[in-house]
Amino acid sequence: MFDNVKIVYHQGKQFIPDVTTAKVPGIFRGRPVISLEKVNEAELLELCPLDAITANPVSIDLGKCSFCGECARQFPNKIRFTTDYKLASNDRLGLIVKEGEEKPIEVNLETIRKDIRQVLGSSLKLRQVSAGGDNSCEMELNAANNVQFDMSRFGIDFVASPRHADGIVITGPITENMAVPLQICYDAIPEPKIIVLVGTDAISGGILGKGSAVDRSFLDKYPIDLYIPGNPAHPLTIINGLLDLTRKRKVQK
Amino acid sequence: MNYTTIVNKQTISVAEIPEVGYYEFFGLNTGFLTGAPERHCVNYFGYPVDSHIKLICCIADDQTHQIYLSSCLVKASDTLDSFTAKNFNFEKFEREICENFGINYTDHPWLKPVRYAHNRADQSKTIANYPFFSIESDELHEVGVGPIHAGIIEPGHFRFICNGEQILHLEIQLGYQHRGIEQQFLEKKKLLQRSTIAESIAGDTVVGHTTAFSQVWESICGIQVSHDIEFSRTLALELERMAVHTGDLSAVCTDIAYQLGSSVFGRLRTPIINFMQEWCGNRLSKGLIRPGRNPFPFSPELANRLTGVLDIYEPHFLEMNVQLFQLPSALSRFERTGVVSYDDVLSVGTVGMAARMSGLNRDIRSSHPFGLYPEIAHEPIIKHHGDVYSRVQIRKAEVKQSMQYIRNLIQNVPEVSENEASFESPKPNSFTLSLVEGWRGEICHCTITDSQGELILYKVKDPSFHNWLALALAVRNNEISDFPICNKSFNLSYSGHDL
Repeated sequence: MFDNVKIVYHQGKQFIPDVTTAKVPGIFRGRPVISLEKVNEAELLELCPLDAITANPVSIDLGKCSFCGECARQFPNKIRFTTDYKLASNDRLGLIVKEGEEKPIEVNLETIRKDIRQVLGSSLKLRQVSAGGDNSCEMELNAANNVQFDMSRFGIDFVASPRHADGIVITGPITENMAVPLQICYDAIPEPKIIVLVGTDAISGGILGKGSAVDRSFLDKYPIDLYIPGNPAHPLTIINGLLDLTRKRKVQK
Repeated sequence: MNYTTIVNKQTISVAEIPEVGYYEFFGLNTGFLTGAPERHCVNYFGYPVDSHIKLICCIADDQTHQIYLSSCLVKASDTLDSFTAKNFNFEKFEREICENFGINYTDHPWLKPVRYAHNRADQSKTIANYPFFSIESDELHEVGVGPIHAGIIEPGHFRFICNGEQILHLEIQLGYQHRGIEQQFLEKKKLLQRSTIAESIAGDTVVGHTTAFSQVWESICGIQVSHDIEFSRTLALELERMAVHTGDLSAVCTDIAYQLGSSVFGRLRTPIINFMQEWCGNRLSKGLIRPGRNPFPFSPELANRLTGVLDIYEPHFLEMNVQLFQLPSALSRFERTGVVSYDDVLSVGTVGMAARMSGLNRDIRSSHPFGLYPEIAHEPIIKHHGDVYSRVQIRKAEVKQSMQYIRNLIQNVPEVSENEASFESPKPNSFTLSLVEGWRGEICHCTITDSQGELILYKVKDPSFHNWLALALAVRNNEISDFPICNKSFNLSYSGHDL
């Protein structure tokens, strides 16, 4: 007993007091900033392994980006990744960062479904389905609930049964073999049935999304309530995204 | 000679691999493994050549540090005698060959689909109608779990046949994660795209799989990498091992409802993966390892920082371990739970921790060394009971060992060589095999090029491919309530298996 108390004492306080303002250590490839400098655009576009970069104006689609940072390495004056981990939006086009624009990525309050804020403001239960995810986003979703990030302090929990859930969190590009189980799980969830896509693989299919073993037709059928980019998404990106979606007080207009 | 010999990371011409008749091929490869625990099958696969299927079998010998290659040409319509009837090492490999090409085996004991790959020969077989083993009895019942599990983990289906609370049989059906990785390696032509695919094979083994891919690519393009690149890879592999093992100790504590251990080990994983982010910008090391170059050279400042991280980590890790391993309620759940005997692991040919837990010495770091491991002179950690306790002890000991290796490595941070290797196109008509010991065990990547130097085959084998069967054997005669702790103590990959 005494030894247990000693261990607890030695561990000290591990939780991050404020997850909305915490700083991430060292280098982190978060929200990119694109300058107006002129570069060889054809070369830049060709470089990106996921075709996330488009021209006129030069922009990066964070829903497609693998955050490998190769563009920033080769074109350091054009593209730079900041440590801003707030990358989630309910607007797919909101994930596109254009050159010369430096503004935060936000949840658009006008377009959030009414039910979500009225009903889920202080309690959100989610069912997670990995549909071809490589276990990186899954590990970060688990990490979001460890003693440091402690997402459950906000009333956000992952539950075992879809019957107990308010929505579904999908990771992975959605494989053919998971298409039916995913649909069954979604059908079992009661309203408001929110859908959250976590990670580049889920949002755009990622590097494997164009393959024939992937079936993304599920996503064409329903509106998506939140996109959380990353490869994998950082726990702070996940927590801030979910808080911005559901909390009135956490969002600054 | 009816076979040829290579070493890890060696490229040879496909024509140098002797092609023999099927019965000679059969006798040769099953003969290699008879009475030789130091040998096992690291890869056995087929690929289409004109209207035939060429089978290539790769047997690793841990004593001579060599790999024996042989090949055979068969037709998809053939019905063959199975290697598996002689030796279970080949069980999954032959099932995969049957699934991909339709080759039939007369005497394979368990010829079921492996992963319902998109390009499988028989499209009428679908994942929804998998032929589960069943027993007719009024006394027994079946429990089906998955594909979607209770927690945040990857999908797979487990079908238990139980007598009351006791498991008689477990069948593990995978394939839900199949994304066509091997096909995508051929379709995506840019090197950066292929590196990104290698990162996506299994997100918990990013360093292991990207190192295996990089070694393949460097070997088949005929370039040597500098010392600092090997240094970064070796260091990253050991850090990945530390991080995942620590997380696994947390998961095992969770499954025996030991909250303190779960929280403390869980939080101790964070400083290690946060250090990876300080080093390369990604907590799971995505972007760190690239063929022929070192995008994030390790600096003396990072070495100081890492020493600081380890100095705080070490006493906390040791203190928690002392407490865990003297807790009777924890030990009673670990000991004699989920036992796999030496004979069984040898028979099914497990690798990595799933072999070392039962006294079978399989560790690529010492048997087919790569990176800086020849200098480290790694001594594998071997346990003998094959139970959850052995698997937990291996993790504890390997974390300590890795920590020592890391401390030694960062004493001498190498100078960074500025010139990046420029890649010629891969050598034509060549075969390359690369072995890496990831934290889970042996990773094997193979590739074959055509006369233009284009890839015509990219073959990935995650250690889980061997080890899932060991989990099924481990839970036999155990209480079904002990399944979670058995499963966590193996911590096998779904995505690495399904590809």
